[in-house]
Amino acid sequence: MGLFILRRFGVMLLTALCLTFVVFFLTNLYPNLEKLAKTQGNQRMSDEQVEAWLDNRGYLQPTLVKYGQWLGVMPGFQKTLDDGQFVGTCTRPGSTAEDTARYCGVLQGDWGYSTVFKDEVGTIVGKRLGNTGYLMFWVLVLMVPSALIVGVLAGMREGSALDRSLSTFSIITTATPEYVSGVIFIAIFTSSTVGLKWFKGTATQAMENPTFENFFLPVLTIALYGMGYIARMTRASMTEVMTAQYIRTARLKGVSFPNIVMKHALRNALIAPFTVIMLQFPWLLNGVVIVETLFNYKGFGWALVQAAGNNDIQLLLAISVVSVFVVLITQLISDIGYVYLNPRIRIS
Amino acid sequence: MEPLTWTGSIAFLNPLLMIALAVLILSILIWTIASIFLPEEQIIVNSDGSVSSSGGVRGLIQLVLNYSFLASVGLAVAYLVLGVLMGTSAGIVGAISQQFMPVWVALIIMFAMSIAFKRRLGLYGKLYDSPIGMIGFGLVMFWVFTGIFGALDLIVTHDPLVQISGMKNKVPGTPLPNLEDGQYAWYLLGGDNLARDVFSRMIKGAWVVVQIAPLATMFAFMVGITLGLPAGYYGGRLDTFLSFLANLILAFPVILLFYLLVTPEIVATGVPNYMAAVLFVFPILFIGVLLNSRYYTRPNFRTPLLIGVLGVAIWLYLSLISTDGYIINTEAYRIWGLPTYLDLFDIPGGILVVFVSVVFVNSPTVFRIVRGLALDIKTRDYVAAAQTRGEGPWYIMLWEILPNARGPLIVDFCLRIGYTTILLGTLGFFGLGLPPESPDWGSTINEGRKLLSIYLHPALPPAFALLSLVLGLNLLADGLREESLKD
Repeated sequence: MGLFILRRFGVMLLTALCLTFVVFFLTNLYPNLEKLAKTQGNQRMSDEQVEAWLDNRGYLQPTLVKYGQWLGVMPGFQKTLDDGQFVGTCTRPGSTAEDTARYCGVLQGDWGYSTVFKDEVGTIVGKRLGNTGYLMFWVLVLMVPSALIVGVLAGMREGSALDRSLSTFSIITTATPEYVSGVIFIAIFTSSTVGLKWFKGTATQAMENPTFENFFLPVLTIALYGMGYIARMTRASMTEVMTAQYIRTARLKGVSFPNIVMKHALRNALIAPFTVIMLQFPWLLNGVVIVETLFNYKGFGWALVQAAGNNDIQLLLAISVVSVFVVLITQLISDIGYVYLNPRIRIS
Repeated sequence: MEPLTWTGSIAFLNPLLMIALAVLILSILIWTIASIFLPEEQIIVNSDGSVSSSGGVRGLIQLVLNYSFLASVGLAVAYLVLGVLMGTSAGIVGAISQQFMPVWVALIIMFAMSIAFKRRLGLYGKLYDSPIGMIGFGLVMFWVFTGIFGALDLIVTHDPLVQISGMKNKVPGTPLPNLEDGQYAWYLLGGDNLARDVFSRMIKGAWVVVQIAPLATMFAFMVGITLGLPAGYYGGRLDTFLSFLANLILAFPVILLFYLLVTPEIVATGVPNYMAAVLFVFPILFIGVLLNSRYYTRPNFRTPLLIGVLGVAIWLYLSLISTDGYIINTEAYRIWGLPTYLDLFDIPGGILVVFVSVVFVNSPTVFRIVRGLALDIKTRDYVAAAQTRGEGPWYIMLWEILPNARGPLIVDFCLRIGYTTILLGTLGFFGLGLPPESPDWGSTINEGRKLLSIYLHPALPPAFALLSLVLGLNLLADGLREESLKD
């Protein structure tokens, strides 16, 4: 088991390295750099000025060198401009040659400086992740129990009225992406045309002061889309368990139906959904981006959109590292959890 | 011109529909809850050997449910039929159903023909045995026909890009202020914030999806199958490497990938063209290997067949990837492609990048599914028999394993078209790739959401259109799964 986890960590690091390099390569293509120079410097710079601006700030070094600098295995780029301004990869506005470190990369714990937010990337990502973590927590609190209940209720009597209604419900939720359900919810529950006005259409205030009124709709929107899938998987696993021999034996012994479901079937039926819930995280991440944009909740997804829209290279890299690790760690947990929950695999 | 109401002179049907719907919803709720508490129907064996079951409360609820369902469907059909006959005098509903006339005709013809010949149509015919599959297929074909006829300008009432002054954010059914000759007199579903017709934009949006989604999914399947079969069949290093690559792409959050790939800056560097050039090779490889592995024992037949098929495929491939005589045309350098006089069609850079990135995102998942199926099927006896016969590995993969994996693959194909539709909507929602005035559903939803608290009508029609298409695809996949399991 230890070796397995160690190997998985190795693969994870390799994946993260490859992915950050891809992101690095794509964000460092010349047209993207040109856009960056124009937004940071001056919109009306000529081509020569753009090139000089980029060259002075070390953006025109070979991609591998720049990647090494970002990782922290190469000394950072430094230059004093003609007007005495000191620039480089490790510098912050106002810093001088003396108080700038030679190496500043991920290995040194320095995630860089965001060109959009004018702040340390580490602090931005931490703060935004906090907001999103709060959102995700409530999404999981709403989504997982309701999905499991729907799935178990639907799967315990295959083909019954309950099964058909709940299955239809879960198919509808999987067919409704967040930007559709969010728009429909906003239209029904917040607009002055329909007049219900039960909730707020934006979650901007939810960052400081989350209440049921301004926070429920974003949570519901993300939870619904993920719920249908988990519910269908739970239903499939439950129907499979309910046709197993030991359930028939229990029925023939005269165990009551609620007892069969609760004591005999449920535990075995929940092994498969556990993996599914864990693998659902990458999708939740997508949902988070859409919902945070739709409800204007300034979290991780919102930061991603801002960073990508403005070609903020270092912020984008940090964001992709975080999201890659979220995806890979959830995969790892799902693998380990599957082995742990399923004695048949653990023993053999 | 008078503004149109929703139902016009057939408003007498509204209370009936309301009652029918209320009874339907109520009976569904009672039916669902009652199924938990009420005892199962008892089956009694009579003395003459026949069986009868007691109706009881359960039967009664079922009966109410059936009748209220029939009544609701009947009333909905009545709205549509009366609408087709009466047109605008039946209000917005009537006008819309009249506009959809060609779609109704096409749907009726298709369903009538298919049901008449369903025993000879294989899996497709069996679809008509499952109500769920039929509903799903109906929804999907509704949007497919809408897309096709919309592209032929049969359904749309106005040009989706033309702005008519005075129509900004107007509610559904508003008449045009200055009616010109040959112009449709109303905005059936109102105007958006740039005074364009919401109804026509929704119809044109269907064409964007119908054009891109199935084709992109097909390409993703070609890539996934061509790589997944050998990975599963051979295993070993190849499998490890390809699986690592697939996991790499899957670990990317889709939206980050879209934001990195689908920007005008990236289009300018030519990266999408390279990706297109690589990804679109796979269908050619697939077809070539497919035919060669089957017919290589008959060279006299094989060689002309391959030359013909591959010739056409390569021609299509080259005209697909080359634009204006170049494969890659950036400021720094250019690579020559097919000359313009041989170029069959040009794809604008914006569409190409959307297409390529959707294929790119979908193919790793297909790869994983195909690999899993190949791992499972390669242990079967018929594969061993083929190996003993001395068949080549590619023959076994493509003609023994692949046909036996078709069930799950067809089901996944339907689901994946739905997922691709959602992805296209996501791209439009973030304003990536497609031009800003494009009528696709994602962009329209994104534009409409900004004024959502005051005006509902610009955002809701495309939202419901997308919802119903994806729902139809999911139901179709469910129906197909059910029917293919019956074999």
